[in-house]
Amino acid sequence: MSVETKQLNCINCPLGCLLTVTLEDGKITKVTGNTCPRGEKYAHQELTDPQRMLTSTVRIEGGELPLLPVVSKTTLPKGKILDCAAALRSVEVKAPVHTGDVIVKDILGLGVDIVASRDMGKE
Amino acid sequence: MTKQADVVVIGGGITGTAILHELAKYNLRAVLVEQEPELAAGTTKANSAILHAGFDAPTGSMKARMNAAGNAMYHELKDELDLDIRWSGSYVAALDDEQMDVLKELLERGNANGVPGLKIVSGDEMRKEEPNVSKDIKGALWAPTAGICWPFGLALAFAENAVINGAEVIRECQVTGITVEDGAVKAVETDKGTIETKYVINAAGVHVDEISRLAGDDTFKIHPRRGEYILFDKTAQKDLVYSPIFPTPTKMGKGILVCATTHGNVFVGPNAQDMPDEEKDDTAVTIPGMDDILDKARRLVPNIPVGATITEFAGVRAVSSTGDFILGPSEKTKGLIQAAGIQSPGLTSAPAIAKYLVDGIVAETGATAKTDYKKGRPAQPCFRMMAEADQKALIAKDPRYGRVICRCETITEGEIVDAIHRPVGARTVDGVKRRTRAGMGRCQGGFCGPRVTQILSRELNIPVTEVRKEMRNSYMFYNKESGGKA
Amino acid sequence: MGEQLYDIIIVGGGPAGLSAAYSAWQNGAKKILVLERDREAGGILQQCIHNGFGLHHFKEELTGPGYAQRCYDLVKDKPEIEILVDTMVLSVNLDKTVTAVSPAHGLMKVQGKTIILTMGCRERTRGAIRIPGYRPAGVFTAGAAQRMVNMEGYLPGKKIVILGSGDIGLIMARRMTLEGCKVQAVLEICPFSNGLTRNMVQCLYDYDIPLYLSHTITAIHGKDRVNGITAAKVDDHMKPIPGTEFDIDCDTLLLSVGLIPENELSRGLGLAMHPLTNGPIVDQHRETSIPGIFAAGNVVHVHDLVDFVSEEAEIAGKYAALKAQEQLPEDVADVKVEAIDEVRTCVPQHVRATAEGETIRLFMRVRKPMKKVRLTVKSGDDTLLTKVLPVAKPSEMIAVNVPAEKAKGHHADWTVSVKEEA
Repeated sequence: MSVETKQLNCINCPLGCLLTVTLEDGKITKVTGNTCPRGEKYAHQELTDPQRMLTSTVRIEGGELPLLPVVSKTTLPKGKILDCAAALRSVEVKAPVHTGDVIVKDILGLGVDIVASRDMGKE
Repeated sequence: MTKQADVVVIGGGITGTAILHELAKYNLRAVLVEQEPELAAGTTKANSAILHAGFDAPTGSMKARMNAAGNAMYHELKDELDLDIRWSGSYVAALDDEQMDVLKELLERGNANGVPGLKIVSGDEMRKEEPNVSKDIKGALWAPTAGICWPFGLALAFAENAVINGAEVIRECQVTGITVEDGAVKAVETDKGTIETKYVINAAGVHVDEISRLAGDDTFKIHPRRGEYILFDKTAQKDLVYSPIFPTPTKMGKGILVCATTHGNVFVGPNAQDMPDEEKDDTAVTIPGMDDILDKARRLVPNIPVGATITEFAGVRAVSSTGDFILGPSEKTKGLIQAAGIQSPGLTSAPAIAKYLVDGIVAETGATAKTDYKKGRPAQPCFRMMAEADQKALIAKDPRYGRVICRCETITEGEIVDAIHRPVGARTVDGVKRRTRAGMGRCQGGFCGPRVTQILSRELNIPVTEVRKEMRNSYMFYNKESGGKA
Repeated sequence: MGEQLYDIIIVGGGPAGLSAAYSAWQNGAKKILVLERDREAGGILQQCIHNGFGLHHFKEELTGPGYAQRCYDLVKDKPEIEILVDTMVLSVNLDKTVTAVSPAHGLMKVQGKTIILTMGCRERTRGAIRIPGYRPAGVFTAGAAQRMVNMEGYLPGKKIVILGSGDIGLIMARRMTLEGCKVQAVLEICPFSNGLTRNMVQCLYDYDIPLYLSHTITAIHGKDRVNGITAAKVDDHMKPIPGTEFDIDCDTLLLSVGLIPENELSRGLGLAMHPLTNGPIVDQHRETSIPGIFAAGNVVHVHDLVDFVSEEAEIAGKYAALKAQEQLPEDVADVKVEAIDEVRTCVPQHVRATAEGETIRLFMRVRKPMKKVRLTVKSGDDTLLTKVLPVAKPSEMIAVNVPAEKAKGHHADWTVSVKEEA
């Protein structure tokens, strides 16, 4: 049986706990250093299928401002973040928009919606 | 473009603009060409901003003559052109007996140069007026006619007056050649076309020798000398000085001074770094240079508030191979008039140089004075300096005066729009800054820079990506890249 | 408008101003005016489009605009709260009159029974840190670049070097990468990063952006537009080490070299200022040295999290409201709170103790990064609170409560200490 440990920083909150993960034959058997249960969950996720939130902007026509900030409804696979960001660069919506409105449904077929992160009234 | 002119002025610094202002009083078609988008983009924008009294230059030199005369002319022009000048007086401080002896020489020379009101005061007398200067100062030469000014504003005022009197300013226009036939100037070739003219006044600052060579006169050379400065926040003035304080001069020059600006900031500098001749535009600042400036400045004012630094900058001065100003007709080419080697006291001398050179052309051509010459220039609204009733009235007339764009200096959108649409109006972010002070405060444009960029884009009807900081290719922003499909 | 008397006038409609307004409203203030200089309320959050805000305050992870929206939703449509945007405050006077200007209302004078200063902070500039070289286009503070990218729709450049590893710098490293730009390097003069760990991970490591600790810039190249920089390693005194220089190709330099509270109005008023926080000296209610003038948020001291800004602003809003209604409890002693040992700053700087005592929340920053430290609050020789913290970093604020029953009666000056445990 091979036992190894890995260290990683939890990114769930500003505390940034330094987690020590023990792996036995590639399987996580112990996580220490976390202050809350989310740390342990993060360690499992990060070592098997790392996920990240995506925030960016899209163009908005007729809005108070030229850009609308958007956020992924849930996390996306880390490896797909750059592709999703590139895709958002050619998206344009029309004002008005409300917080939470879906801007891109099921981005790149990943099953996650991109939503508005603020209200944007008409100019 | 092919144009006809009677006189073409090359260079839009303080010398060129003062000359244009003088030319515009006569029935002469006068054109000024400047290679950058803004006037005063070279030596004029980065110097000590002092209107010297006139005791430094050797008696009888062009520098001495023009300095004393120029200083007197500014005393009259201040009101006429609404110039940003404060007649602060100046001190030259002596730290020991040897230096006290030098002050006596300066006093005598100043008297010989025709400088009024000079006197030597004791260290204690000086400290009554300037409480922060060193206890080691034994005495000082007080020159009441010296002043501090905003050199960009002076150059702009000259240009504005010239333009409303029919002179023309062409910016972003680089001289590529000068056509000389039978030993006489025929035309100026530029990247925007030809300007046919009999007279060229060469006021090209550090590049004046290159222009001269284009017209077939290589009798002198210009050597670049860089001076670095450190500028402090307005809050530092109470800890520093109100008038320029010079050290006692040495062979190396006037030395590093501590000085206020007309806007209430304080600066120290300049050092004097002789640069290779090919580095005429090297306005980079250096760490050793800044350390040296601070060291020397502390001899005059011990507690320099380094933490209140808001920016450092450098300018290049044009040092001529003769050591004096080179003024007047070229010995080689007819119609080429030199205004060369204009280092300190060039700012002070500018109106006198202008009168001296233009008088020569007027005598030669018999040009008559304009009967409809208009003095002054359009008033420039300055919101923060106005009485409340006037502020209210201005906003009622134009609500853009109610929107503050530069928070550090309280500059309104109305003032910025005015700066863009004035004669020889602002084309760049720094052009707006130098006309209005927007971006000149503590945050150095961090907040208002993007907003000024957008106002320039709107008012000049150009894309944001075409707006520049200052120089010809100093673009500020790029368009966003477009990406793939969502 | 006109010469009206407000219970509270709040200068600045960012998260601090909005949170203060809401708290003042909750505590009975009937006439509240918020003056905001930008085109909309929300302050700097509107350009901080990334997530990670609000976990403490709203118990939910929000983006910057999302957090601003929450703050705004709490105060909008309340008849007692008036918000004027596009309105710049020119001066605040000792009699609590405020002179402000806007295109819509012109020059106006309003008076408050109390004032809350919530102007936030601004970025340190190139001049403040002495970078040699030219002054070309392409040098921006990270925040100015952030506004252009996130709100106006333009890029500051395409090949980027970032000086300073503060959070804004880190966030911008990722942001520029997502916009298709190349971030060449982040340089940090300190031997440690000044940003949150989570931002190091998500913004740099995720995109393989190199971070050079103990490095600075020794030259900016390019006369019209930046075309490169020279970097060098620094010694223990932060001086560049000759021979360690190397060039980095770039068209843009972003500066993320610190924030300074925006206190021009405070200085104009003559408020007592603290030399290290660069903000007004305040008591536990966030009242400044001038009675009836309160201050909260980044104008008092630069915070790491907006959640703490809101918390502090709610304190100021509550007590300004009580003061306006003449319900502020009478104090019986003025107790100094002194930062000692590894604590660099502590807010509040003094406590106006009441006979009944009240819970005092202390916000502090340490001088250097440390592991396993003991935090101790004492009044004279009496220990009011002591606890061990696993880590302490200058980039992260430490907040603790001294419970009312402990604070009560302890009128000897307080000291707040952080020390490494042996």
